[in-house]
Amino acid sequence: MTAHIDAADGLRVRDLIVEIDGRRVVDGVSFEVPHGSRLGLIGESGSGKSLTALAILGLLPDGATASGSIRWNGVELVGLPDRTLAALRGDEIGIVFQEPRTALNPIRTVGRQIAEAIRIHEGIGRREARRRAVEEAARVRLPDPENIVDRYPHQLSGGQRQRVAIAIALACRPRLLIADEPTTALDVTIQAEILSLLLSLVEEEGMSLMFITHDLAVLSQVAADGVVLEHGHVVEAAPVATLLSTPSSEITRGLLRDATATLWRPEEDA
Amino acid sequence: MTPRWLARLWHTPTGRFGLIVAVVIALVAVISVFWTPFDPQASTIRERWLPPGWPHVLGTDDTGRDILSLIMAGSRTTVFVSVGAGIVATVVGVALAALGALTARWVRETIAVLVDILIAFPVLLIAMMISSVWGGSLWVVIWSVGIGFGVNIARVTRPELRRVQQSDFLLAARASGLTTAQSLTRHLLPNVAPVFIVQLSWSMAVAVLAEAGLSYLGFGASVVEPSWGILLADLQRYIGVHPLSVIWPGLAITITVLALNLLGDGLREATDPTLRHRSAEVHTPAVVA
Repeated sequence: MTAHIDAADGLRVRDLIVEIDGRRVVDGVSFEVPHGSRLGLIGESGSGKSLTALAILGLLPDGATASGSIRWNGVELVGLPDRTLAALRGDEIGIVFQEPRTALNPIRTVGRQIAEAIRIHEGIGRREARRRAVEEAARVRLPDPENIVDRYPHQLSGGQRQRVAIAIALACRPRLLIADEPTTALDVTIQAEILSLLLSLVEEEGMSLMFITHDLAVLSQVAADGVVLEHGHVVEAAPVATLLSTPSSEITRGLLRDATATLWRPEEDA
Repeated sequence: MTPRWLARLWHTPTGRFGLIVAVVIALVAVISVFWTPFDPQASTIRERWLPPGWPHVLGTDDTGRDILSLIMAGSRTTVFVSVGAGIVATVVGVALAALGALTARWVRETIAVLVDILIAFPVLLIAMMISSVWGGSLWVVIWSVGIGFGVNIARVTRPELRRVQQSDFLLAARASGLTTAQSLTRHLLPNVAPVFIVQLSWSMAVAVLAEAGLSYLGFGASVVEPSWGILLADLQRYIGVHPLSVIWPGLAITITVLALNLLGDGLREATDPTLRHRSAEVHTPAVVA
């Protein structure tokens, strides 16, 4: 798992273009996520954040094509066949999606879903898979992991489901975790729990993190650097502290206003 | 995996009933190949219209044939037609649904239109078209019901496939490293199975009815072949004189159709956990006003 050709490399995205039916929805996006670092991708909905994440994994929807360059540890991912990318997904790059209600298969127990990635990538047997599923469930601090692995998604709460989704993404100890608005669909109190869980797991494993959000307040808690997207373009890339103190673009200022509005109600500024 | 859904099926009362009846009918069909109480085609004029009793348990018909033996022999036809139509419907339905959901857009849209056109053809019309070329036989029933209901299965299953294919959990499954083929067999098909099973059991039940109906009209079994439909048509002429005798083939058809439907419902419940747990909660005794 270690000893890559250039392990310090990590993820390097250069001039990424995603087109859907000839329309450019991501237009020349570049950024880097070196191993062990944390990057935030910020923007309003429709700015191309999620498509960027899907393009990295080679999971763009029908009719969408990616061009440009996405390098993972020096290997070019754009244009790789699906089978090769499948070996990478989950094993080296994991992803957590926004909506925990729909991200789990309704007719399979959560234990089987957690263990699925491990079975695929490590080829272990059914009994061993269950043991690992219980272990992973305990790691994301699901209550009563021995029994919860035999339950179905509809028997779990939203927060519990998101924990399951995180367990699935991290089951094979990927080197990079992409979190696509993992807390947006959750209650505020649960949001904080999930966020701190994510961070502690990322810290424990020394993973790098690419965190996608529209909320600067959340971003300030997770990432050191931020890339601001608007209509598929990078409008600003800076340390999060800079984005918060001296935002240079109008869109960042807008996002900052939204973020501060959730913290306190500002007096009508002049 | 197999015993698990079977155990679940056994635990739903309707599924259990359907399963038992289906197995009994299949057994009877097999037994009738080797043994029936009497030769189903042997007529004894002196024993016409005997009431139920011994040795003719369900009585005899207008030519003195033993009705129980006729029904036993007729079950062969029923099983043959219903399984045959089920297989044809599965092949036609799954092929059309898969082509209509998982391929390139222009293929998908063409298939959708094709299905909508085919759905307008009633089974009877298909049967008449086929039999006008190849003559009446049980194969006509199998092909016409199979094609007619295969299209139906495709129409219901295609959007379901499409929905699951675009679902987040399929994307999530692929994101954790499943190849397209693996996500198809592990996530896509199991999620569509409940809908498909209900449709399939329904088309198999209709095949039983259609065999009776089409044989009655002369498109299906020939007169010498044992068939519930033909038996019903025969006895129905004497309903004013011997009303009891016509009940037996009617009852056989009704119970079979009911059992297949209940079996389908039970299977759906057994394969869909969201349904199962919900129904477990509702299964407290309900007060019927």
